[in-house]
Amino acid sequence: MKARVTVTLKTGVLDPQGKAIEGALKSFGIAGVDSVRQGKVFDIELSTQDRAQAEVLLKAACEKLLANTVVENYRVEIV
Amino acid sequence: MKAVVVLFPGSNREGDAVRALEMATGKKPQIVWHAETELPAGTDLVLLPGGFSYGDYLRCGAIAGRAAIMDAVRAHAARGGLVLGICNGFQILCEGGLLPGVLMRNKDLRFICKMQHLRVERADTVFTRAYSKNQIIKVAIAHGEGNYEADEETIKRLEGDGRVAFRYCDAQGVVGGFANPNGSTNDIAGIYSDKRNVLGMMPHPENLIDPLVGGIDGAGLFKSLVAA
Repeated sequence: MKARVTVTLKTGVLDPQGKAIEGALKSFGIAGVDSVRQGKVFDIELSTQDRAQAEVLLKAACEKLLANTVVENYRVEIV
Repeated sequence: MKAVVVLFPGSNREGDAVRALEMATGKKPQIVWHAETELPAGTDLVLLPGGFSYGDYLRCGAIAGRAAIMDAVRAHAARGGLVLGICNGFQILCEGGLLPGVLMRNKDLRFICKMQHLRVERADTVFTRAYSKNQIIKVAIAHGEGNYEADEETIKRLEGDGRVAFRYCDAQGVVGGFANPNGSTNDIAGIYSDKRNVLGMMPHPENLIDPLVGGIDGAGLFKSLVAA
């Protein structure tokens, strides 16, 4: 079973990297970009075939390591 | 004072930490490998040194904060034992749940390596009693992720409980503005745990203990610890 975890900064947390990318896109003349926030994607292969079990496991992985929940949100997708 | 320095893969300031502790205590501190599950018997102080543990992968200090030795460090802190995290060590303490908040990327995205003035917020803690309150000290900073952030409630609690240890200031002691190198909330350079037995700080006092390298303002912190 494969899963994708997406970790993003919470709203309101300053994201200087996103700001720099946003500035670069604008300077390249790509019109219509209002703002950019940078995040992380983790593609994870799981040995289990049980969806419920996978969700529990991935939540634990996010809470324990993949996201710093002080400043980050996470989203789990089983693909 | 029995001090130990924890070594993670990618730590690189452990030598400076050992030297500063040895100068203050007269004894060479033991180096403890991150995969150990116990601290040496009779440990008074655990120092988490600067560097780039695990290559700063994922987030600075994230993997080291969950290393095997950190359970022992958390237990040591819970018993009232002293813990000092410098630079990457501060990031590890935040990621490891020993201190609140997080160190984010510097606001201008640059790695900053320079001398920096700090204001000592209080001189009644085990880490700062060799200083005086509001003393201005000059130490080094060297970090890319030193921008201290926490939610509003946490900042309020830290301020209200007097848990800010050091603030960035200029040579005249003026806090904030251009003196803040990295965008830290309230110009915070270091914070204490609620019982003030854990200190995390981005600047490097261990590098300013010898006149040969431009000052000895960092020595006070290690002298404070020895008076324990």
